[in-house]
Amino acid sequence: MIYLDYAATTPVDARVLDAMTPYFADSFGNPSSVHRFGQRAEAAVESARETVASALHCRPDEIIFTSCGSESDNLALRGAMMFGLQNDRPWLLTSRAEHHAVSKTAEQLEKYYGVQVEWLPVDAHGMVTPETMRRAVCDGTALASVMLANNEIGTINPVAALASICRERGILFHTDAVQAAAYLDVDVTQLGVDMLSLGGHKFYGPKGVGALYVKKGTRLVPHTTGGGQEFGLRAGTQNVSYIVGFAEALRLTVQEREGRVAHVQPLRDQIIGRVLEEIPDAQLTGHPENRLPNHASFVFKDADGNLLLQLLDAAGFACSSGSACKTGNPEPSEVIAALGLSRDWALGSLRITLGKDSTPEQINSFLNLLPSLVEKSRALR
Amino acid sequence: MPKIAVAMSGGVDSSVAAALLKQQGYDVIGMMLRLWSEPGKEDSNRCCTPDSMAQARRVAAKLDIPFYVVDAKNVFRETVVQYFLDGYARGETPNPCLLCNRQIRWTFLLDHALALGADFMATGHYARTTKDESGKVKLLRAVDESKDQSYILHVLTQEKLQRALFPVGDYPKTEIRRIAESFGLPTASRADSQDLCFLASEDYRNFLARNAPEINQPGDIETTDGRIIGQHTGLANYTIGQRKGLGLASPVPLFVITKRSADNTLVVGTADELGFAELVARDVNWVSGTAPSAPFRTLVKIRYTARAVPAEVAPEDGNRVHVKFDAPARDVTAGQAAVFYVGEEVLGGGIVV
Repeated sequence: MIYLDYAATTPVDARVLDAMTPYFADSFGNPSSVHRFGQRAEAAVESARETVASALHCRPDEIIFTSCGSESDNLALRGAMMFGLQNDRPWLLTSRAEHHAVSKTAEQLEKYYGVQVEWLPVDAHGMVTPETMRRAVCDGTALASVMLANNEIGTINPVAALASICRERGILFHTDAVQAAAYLDVDVTQLGVDMLSLGGHKFYGPKGVGALYVKKGTRLVPHTTGGGQEFGLRAGTQNVSYIVGFAEALRLTVQEREGRVAHVQPLRDQIIGRVLEEIPDAQLTGHPENRLPNHASFVFKDADGNLLLQLLDAAGFACSSGSACKTGNPEPSEVIAALGLSRDWALGSLRITLGKDSTPEQINSFLNLLPSLVEKSRALR
Repeated sequence: MPKIAVAMSGGVDSSVAAALLKQQGYDVIGMMLRLWSEPGKEDSNRCCTPDSMAQARRVAAKLDIPFYVVDAKNVFRETVVQYFLDGYARGETPNPCLLCNRQIRWTFLLDHALALGADFMATGHYARTTKDESGKVKLLRAVDESKDQSYILHVLTQEKLQRALFPVGDYPKTEIRRIAESFGLPTASRADSQDLCFLASEDYRNFLARNAPEINQPGDIETTDGRIIGQHTGLANYTIGQRKGLGLASPVPLFVITKRSADNTLVVGTADELGFAELVARDVNWVSGTAPSAPFRTLVKIRYTARAVPAEVAPEDGNRVHVKFDAPARDVTAGQAAVFYVGEEVLGGGIVV
C-alpha cells in the first residue's frame, strides 16, 4: 500500500515516539502534584510549552495544550464568543470553507447561544479575500476565524492581511493552522493573529493532542472547567507524554521544514501537471499557486469520487476525497460546494497529499494508474 | 489466487462467508450496499442501518480485509421501490427482493466488485452451486432446508452464477454459528423477518399511504358469482387467501380469491373456491440459460415459505410458462415468484401473472 493521505494524518516520527516513551510508566506523575513525581512531569510539560512557544515565536504562557485541533478551535470560538456576547459583540465572521471544527461550532453557537454568524463568501479558489473581510467587519464583531490553509483544497488564505483588518477594528482574529503547520511558517507575530490552532498528528506527532496559541490579554471564557490547569483555560490533568510528543514533533517540523517542502513540492507539481494533462474533464480545486506544497486536489466531471477511492485502495493507493465518507453516502462537501462547482463535478473529487516519505517512484506508479481508474469510476456512475 | 468480493451485511451468515473464504486463502474484499430508506428512517432499514454497517466494518477489520460501502440509494429507489409501488398499482403483491437481487445485488454491486478487480462475488445466502461437465453452473438448495434461500436466487442468470459463490450453503445454520464463534465473529443474525428492508419494520400499507396514496382506493367486494356484498379499503390492503379483516357478514367463511385491478374489485369466495389449478408466469429465468423445449413435470414453489407442489410446466413464447398443478394450489399470488425444482436443483422461475 502506498499512502498518499498525509493531510488526513501522518505516522508518528520514531524520534517523537522515543521522546514520549519515558512519560507513560516511568515519569508518570501528575504535573499538579507537589512531590517529585509531579515535579518531573510538570517540568516535561513546561519544557514542551517552551519548545512550542519558540516554534510559534510567542511566550510560553500563550500556549494552551488541548486534546486535538478541533478542541483548540472550539476553545477559541466558544471562549471568544461567550465573552463577546457579554460585551455587546455578538457577531462571528467565518466561512463555509472552514473545517467542521469551526463551521459546526459556529452553527451551534448561533442556534443555542445567540451568536450572530456571518458567513464570509470565498472566491473560486476557496479563498477569503481582504476586500471581503473589510466589507464584513462591524462594531458588533467579536471574532473572525479564517483558516491558514484549507485541508480539502490546499488554498492558503492571506491571514496576515485579514488579521490586520480585524486588529484595526479591535476584533479578535483566530486561525485554524492545523493543516498548515506541517509546511508553512506559523510565526504568530508575522501572522498577527490573536489565536492559532494546532493538532499534533498532522506533523508526525501523536493523535489526541493539540494546542491553542492565545495572545496575552485575549479574554476567553473556558468551556472545560475544573482544575486550574493551562492557565485556567482548559481544566484536566495534562496528557504529559502526548504533550512531549507534540512539542518534539513541532520542533522537528520547524527544523526540517525547508527540506520537507523542497522534497514534496516538485512531486506535487508533477501530480498537478500530469493529471490536468492526461485526464479529460479534470479541474484543480483550490488555488493554483497559493496552496500547501504537499497538496494536490481535483474534481473529475461525472466521476464517482467515493468509488474512485475504493478503486485506488483496491489498487494499493490510499487517497481521500472532498466528500470522504466511509458510509457511502455521496454528498459533496461544504467546502467543494462553496467553490460553486455543479453537482456533476462536485461528486468526483480527489485529494492527494504527500509526506516526507513519499517517493518519485510512488508518484509515478500512481500517475500511471490514475487515468484508467477515473475512467472506471465514470463508467460505473 | 482469485479475488472474491463478499457482499456483507454485518450478520453472521455473510461474516462467516467472508471468514471461510479468507481461511481458504482467497484474496477477499468486503462490500456493502447502502440502500434507500425513507428520509428519517435510515436507522430502521433492515439491511443497512448505521449499526449493521459498523458491525460489517468491524468484521472486516477482524478478518483484515478491505471494506467498501457502495451507494445504491438512487438506483434502488428508481428500480426496486418503483417496482414495489407499480406492482401494488396493478393489484399484485410484488416481491421487490427478487428485483433487488437481480438488479442491485447481482448487477449493480457485482459490477462494482468486478471493477475493483474481483473475479467472483460471494453472499451469505443459503444455497449451493455445482458445475456440470460442460462448465454450466447449477443452482441447488442449501444443505439446511429450513434456511434454504434458493427460491430468491432463481433470478440469477447463468452469466451471474458463473461469478457467484455461496459459502454458507454447505452448512447447517447451527454449524455456521459455531464457525462464527470459532473465528470470534458476532453470532447474531438479523431477525428472520420477511419485512422489506425499506419498510423499516412498518406495515407496508402505511408506506403505500405515504408514498403512493393514489394507488389504493376503496372499491367493491364481489362474490365469485358477481354479487356486491361490501366495500374494501383499497386492494393493496388485502392478500390472496386472506380471511380475517374483510368485515363481511356471511354464514360461511369467505376468503380473498382475486384482486381485479381493472375495476378495483376485491373478489371473495368460499374455501373450496380458493385453489388455483393453474397459473401463468412471466419474465421467466432459466438458470441453465436455455428454456426447455417441451412441457415437463416438476415441483413448483409459489411463495418463499410455501411447500413445493407437483405440477406440469409448459414453456410458452415471450419468456412465459403455463403451470398446471396436480391438485389446486392455494394462495397463488400475482407478483410473487413461481420457482421450479427438480430434486435439489432450481431450474428457474418467473413472476406469477
